[in-house]
This record gives sequence, C-alpha cells and structure tokens, in this order.
Amino acid sequence: MSHLLREHAPITQAGWRLLDGEARRRLAPALAARRLVDYAGPAGWEHSATNLGRTEQLSDSPQEGVAARQRHVLPLVELRASFAVARAELEDAERGAEDVDLEELDQAAQQIARAENAAVFHGWAAAGITGINEASTHDRIALGDDCERYPTHIAEAVDALRAVGMDGPYGLALGPEIHTHVLQTSEHGGYPLLEHLREILGGPIVWAPAVEGGTVLSLNGGDFLFECGEDLSIGYEAHDSDSVRLYLEESFSFRVATPEAAVPLAP
Amino acid sequence: MGFDQYHEPAAELPDETRTFARLCASLTEEAEAIGWYEQRLAVEPDPEARAIMRDAQGEEFKHFCMDLEFLLRRTPLWREIAVGILFQEGDIVEHGEEAEEEAVEGEAARGAPLAGSESLGIGSLRSAH
Repeated sequence: MSHLLREHAPITQAGWRLLDGEARRRLAPALAARRLVDYAGPAGWEHSATNLGRTEQLSDSPQEGVAARQRHVLPLVELRASFAVARAELEDAERGAEDVDLEELDQAAQQIARAENAAVFHGWAAAGITGINEASTHDRIALGDDCERYPTHIAEAVDALRAVGMDGPYGLALGPEIHTHVLQTSEHGGYPLLEHLREILGGPIVWAPAVEGGTVLSLNGGDFLFECGEDLSIGYEAHDSDSVRLYLEESFSFRVATPEAAVPLAP
Repeated sequence: MGFDQYHEPAAELPDETRTFARLCASLTEEAEAIGWYEQRLAVEPDPEARAIMRDAQGEEFKHFCMDLEFLLRRTPLWREIAVGILFQEGDIVEHGEEAEEEAVEGEAARGAPLAGSESLGIGSLRSAH
C-alpha cells in the first residue's frame, strides 16, 4: 500500500476512475508551467532533493589535515490541496448519474495548479525556489492595455532573447486576463492577434492561471528545470457517513539554469 | 475450470489487472480459433461446410479485433506502438522498431508514471514544436 492510503477509502474502482479522470481533466489545462519548462521525473515520493552539483567549503573539519566540503541540494516541496466528496454523489455515480458534484475536487485542482504555476514563474522564497520572472536578467516589458501593441512588445522580447544568443522557438505564458484579451482581439484586417503572436514566437501561447502579466521564454531546453518527485496524485485522508476527505498532492523542485532565457512581461 | 491466465495469485491482483488478463486470454483463444479455421478450410472440400467455417472464422476475426481494441484502449503505450505498425504500408519490422522507440522515448519524456504508481500520470504537457 502506498502512502496515499487509497485502499482505505470507501470508494470503488469505478469511483476512483471518476475522481482521477475528473482531476486530470481539470488539471491539464491549468498546468501552464508543464507546457513550457523541462520536466524530469517522476522520481517517486521518497525522492527528497535535487542535486545541484555545487559544494561549499566547510571551515571546520573533524580532523586536522583533512579538507571538507558539503554538497548543495535543492529540497523538493510538497503541495497538498484537500477536498471532500459526498458519498451520496459517489453512490449516484455508481447508479449512472452523469452530473456528479465534484466541485471541491475542481477547486482543489485549480488551487494546486495555480500554486505550481506561481512557484515556477514568480518563485517561492520559503521553499528556496527562484521563479523564471524573478531570475530573468532582462528588463520587464509592460504589455499595457492596448492589445494591438502586443505584437510589438512580444517581438521586442524575442529580440532581447536573440540578442543574448537564446534561439527559438519561444513560448509565451500569459495570465488569464491578458490571455482572454488576446483571444478576443483581431488586428486591422481581421487577422487574429493570437495567430500573429504565434508566428513571432514559433511556439505555443499558454493560458497561465496565477501568472501576473506573462513571460516569453526559450523552448530550447536545459534552461528551466522542473523535477518531479511524486506526480500529482489523489490520496485518502478520512471519511464519515456523509463524505470522504481526499487530497491532491505532488512533490517537486524547480530551478532556473539560464536566467537570460526568459523575458518577464508586466500587465 | 482453470484460472491459468493468472501468473500471480488472483486475490492479490487488482480488478483491472484481472479483467486485462481475461481479455488477453480471450485474445489468444480467438487467434487460435482463427488459425484452426484456416487449417480446416485448407483441407475441407465440401463447399457448404466451407461456407459455414468461413462464416465462423469471420466471427473470430470480429472477436479478436474487439479484444484487441479493448486492450489497446487500456494500455496507452501499447496503443501508441500499434498505431505505428497497424495498417501501414512497407516494412513491418522497420515500423515496429521505429514505433517502439518513439513511443517509449515519448513516454519517458512525458514523465510516465513509475511502475505501480497511483498518480494521475500527467507528467510533462509539453508538445513538439
């Protein structure tokens, strides 16, 4: 039995299929970072730290004449978002109900996806994670309110990346509000803004919940490293006669290897 | 009745694995029946008997394909390899090698779940550009 304790939940195999499927469906569109950065793993729940290949000389040694160094590692963080499912809803699903209320699961999926995106793009000091936008060596480019100016701003960001030797294709993460503006906008002549931006980038434009503004980044690989311990999973917490308490969980580390490979965009 | 489609104690196997094993056994039986009918057809001179056998073999073709489709739906890696091999013109072995390499590498790149993992198996969502 794994630490997720799924076998202890009063949930049938069909119930687990329903919950896992719903979680996948809600998580996949919101996990913006995983569409743009390098993903390694999963290495398993017991994987605790990322090797950074760096050391620090220790001033103290247990024996005279012996030099000592200590390895630097980046500990993985664990994210967990709890939710409840009504047992009556699971029973109705077994009867063939198609409109099962899984709202708390949907909210938990949004929360954990937002947390992952925020950590990757904006950093998480307490966890030792420096985000892509924080790490960038480029000046922030303000997108402003005029969507028709976006191609100019994105081209400026792409030029800044090329100028430091970062080749394309490039990807673009956009916060939800800006992403919606881009989808709604057609330039003079009716050409969709989204298509124009894609041509400039040569890569995807990603809807990124919890991202403020956006990021243009190189997709060449090796620059932004997401290391997964346990990939997103549903585990069991407790139950009573009315509901089952479950949680979504993952463990990961993130580090920026090439700070100049991304340009932050302000709203 | 024998239970020799299981190579591990059946009580220790999850329901899904037992169903998978049953369909694998069924697939094998359908393939054997197809082969048997092929042999009977090769030696049977009576046209009426041959027509019945041909009809029965058609049923086995259908059963085999339904079993296969079920198993492929439940096994994404198998399905991906099958897509690279089935209904393709050209060298079957070459297609097989290419399909296996692409599917296995692709699975690793997407962060396929560890064996026995209960994760959602989301991994990387990055696509080729």
